[in-house]
Amino acid sequence: MAVYRLKQDQALDVREILKDLSAYRPRRRGWTWRKPAPCLTMGSFTYKDVSEPLKNFVPLPPAHHFGGIDPQPLPIITTEIASGRFEDDIRRMRMAAHHGADHIMVIRTAGQSHFDSLIEGTPQGVGGVPITRKQVRAQRKALDYIEDEVGRPINYHSYVSGVAGPEIAVMFAEEGVNGAHQDPQYNVIYRNINMLRSFVDACESKTVMAWGGLAQIDGAHNANATARDAWKVMPELMVQHAINSQFSVRCGIPRDLICLSTVPPTATPAPCVYTDLPYAVALRDLFTGFRMRAQMNTKYIQSSIREATVTHVLNMFVSKLTSADIQSTITPDEGRNVPWHIYNIEACDTAKQTFIGLDGLMDMVELKDAGPLRDKARELKERAVLFMEEMLQLGDYFKAVEAGHFVDSGLYPERNGDGIVRKMDGGIGADTLIKREMDYLAPVTAHFGYNNTAAYGLKDGEDPAALIGGCTFQHPERIQFIDELDQEDNVHVRMEQTEGLRQPGADWVKPEMEWLGDGTVMLTLFFPVSQKIAQAAALEAAKRMNLLDPEIISSEVMHPVDGTRIELKGKVPFQLKVSDLVIPVEPEVYSDDFLREAIEKQPLTVVCGTVGEDEHSVGLREIIDIKHGGIEKYGVKVHYLGTSVPPEKLVNAAIELGAHGILASTVISHDNIHYRNIALIDRLAREHGVRDKLVFLAGGTQVTPELAREAGADEGFGRGTKGAHVATALVKLRK
Amino acid sequence: MKRTDDYAQRAAHLKGLSDDQLKQRFWDLAQQLTDPLLQMGREYTSPSIERSVLLRMGLSSLEAKALVDKCMEHGLLGHGAGHVVFKASKAWDLPVREAGLKLITLEDWNPVKAWFEGGQ
Repeated sequence: MAVYRLKQDQALDVREILKDLSAYRPRRRGWTWRKPAPCLTMGSFTYKDVSEPLKNFVPLPPAHHFGGIDPQPLPIITTEIASGRFEDDIRRMRMAAHHGADHIMVIRTAGQSHFDSLIEGTPQGVGGVPITRKQVRAQRKALDYIEDEVGRPINYHSYVSGVAGPEIAVMFAEEGVNGAHQDPQYNVIYRNINMLRSFVDACESKTVMAWGGLAQIDGAHNANATARDAWKVMPELMVQHAINSQFSVRCGIPRDLICLSTVPPTATPAPCVYTDLPYAVALRDLFTGFRMRAQMNTKYIQSSIREATVTHVLNMFVSKLTSADIQSTITPDEGRNVPWHIYNIEACDTAKQTFIGLDGLMDMVELKDAGPLRDKARELKERAVLFMEEMLQLGDYFKAVEAGHFVDSGLYPERNGDGIVRKMDGGIGADTLIKREMDYLAPVTAHFGYNNTAAYGLKDGEDPAALIGGCTFQHPERIQFIDELDQEDNVHVRMEQTEGLRQPGADWVKPEMEWLGDGTVMLTLFFPVSQKIAQAAALEAAKRMNLLDPEIISSEVMHPVDGTRIELKGKVPFQLKVSDLVIPVEPEVYSDDFLREAIEKQPLTVVCGTVGEDEHSVGLREIIDIKHGGIEKYGVKVHYLGTSVPPEKLVNAAIELGAHGILASTVISHDNIHYRNIALIDRLAREHGVRDKLVFLAGGTQVTPELAREAGADEGFGRGTKGAHVATALVKLRK
Repeated sequence: MKRTDDYAQRAAHLKGLSDDQLKQRFWDLAQQLTDPLLQMGREYTSPSIERSVLLRMGLSSLEAKALVDKCMEHGLLGHGAGHVVFKASKAWDLPVREAGLKLITLEDWNPVKAWFEGGQ
């Protein structure tokens, strides 16, 4: 049987991933950090804070000006993917990995934390995917292929929480999951799971995670997202981090796999860096040896992608000034709830762009040793210490939670009496703990707490699993794989419904935002009216464009009455046949040697310039200049007339110099001026009777070849054109 | 409880501490708060912990749930669900997984309960 392998020019085949899952075994256990590559030279630059580059990647948009390089920052970059259909998320994982993500975090379906067992099969999820053995196995297997393709290990991550935490932890360790959220405080405060049960279960979960080498991320960032004034919970955030970190160390997780989920607590229009930086410094002062997972602020995020992106960048600026081992990239759609492919990619690019842009910054600047930064940091630490002192005065952790000590909106020790209260005998899973008897035994690896293995002759430190000849951790072949339990709600039924669109192989294509064939599109509209009218107008416009289920996802006031910007989503009711599409042919390029020889035999002279009232010169210079691989290097004799050249001048110069060709660059495109100038040059050349003697080529960022030819040029060139393309056209079309 | 910010008075006793001493105090307090939580973890178990033990012993999630429910019903969970399976595999001379499956369908649990009478 041929081994499946991803090919750069071929779509990922989800059908291949789902084959033979019952026999799949993960290739490794545990978390992998990026490999630093200090002083790495790429293109013309030497980088200070980067990691080893990828084999296959999609670089940042301007990279083609820099030799196509794609330097990779030092921190792990996370992307959170969970559309409800894990099979479609697999394709998104491949895209994200190419854009620099190496930590794929899968959000669980709503309600899974209250599910009192493992879920099996592949049911569809809501707001996430049901985390099951089959789903985890399929995605880990897909990531094996993807990491081979990009050339860097990819960490796979989900959640060990809820009332089935220990079972999920075991399943994750067995399946080679590399990281997980685990924090009993999250269960208690946000999921209302009984607090005694949560902490007892967490001991087992953490011990299992330690065996599996999983990186752990805590849940403290949720306090930030929940509190009324997020910046006021800073002292408490440090306490939550401390409780979970201390607890985890003592369950056996090494410090360098205990990651604090830390969020810059506030956002603009607050002077956020002034608030967030002392907090970040205080945290890093206290938690030496632990790792920082820098989450971005989601508390104040609105529906503007631009605003969310700036917040993300400001947050990463704090990461850069302090430290981040894992940089989270909550997608910029968080505030409008459209978890689409494109936003994962945007967020990964934002992280990569920011860190690469700030590369080496700390070689040039440093944080002051005295002044408001250190004073504020000290104050926050003292407030955190006071917070814990009062917890002990109240009795213990549980008594403090019963007293509503957590997520109060006051800046501790200020109290507003609005903290979250949970009772020791309340919540899901209350009264389910059982005291271990004297003869209690659990004959398995990575079990926490009292375990009377001595009764069966084992010595201190011997693996309890020795009693049964090893457990699934030593003998993965003993793991029971359940395929599907629901004959209707499963991946095979879903995939059958979209088979005609599935690549590789399908001849049909449909717009897609999250699920194959979802038909979703987004429109940006501007209306010169107030927000309310604009919203109604946008929905009506969408209907007339035949969009189904139109829904406004963002509306921003440009002016209270003079203008509103709307973003809207809807679904198109059609699909397109690929074989019927008119796909422009790639421009032909002759080899360098062929071009040189042809031009040596029959020399070529051209006049060129940027026409009209247009001062852009960079594009044309790149097409001409020898140092950019322009047409001069093939021996073309070039007369450059500069920018804002009137079309008449270009034609007259061509006549005077007896040129063989005219190259007109035209970048400004308002009111189609670029095509009007092309048409004018064509007309003038005809009027002077030289059109049939000249090769007339036009180019510019907004020029498409077809329209340029229609306007009268012999050939048109758009974005991405190189000197070789133009030289080829000159040789081919010379008259 | 409502309280105005009395940080200045409340923190008076911390002012004399160096940054390192303050850090030490922070972690001492964290340890004092987590000690009893860990102690509880050593002394208690839960249905999920027991199901996780059975998973590691080679039962499926469905089987583990059914068997932990049975152990609870018969008041044996405090001995460890894995312990019940372990004893059954010895008593019946069956591989661990087969012993677990047999327990799930077992009608009369009195002999099983008898294995645990009087403790170990």
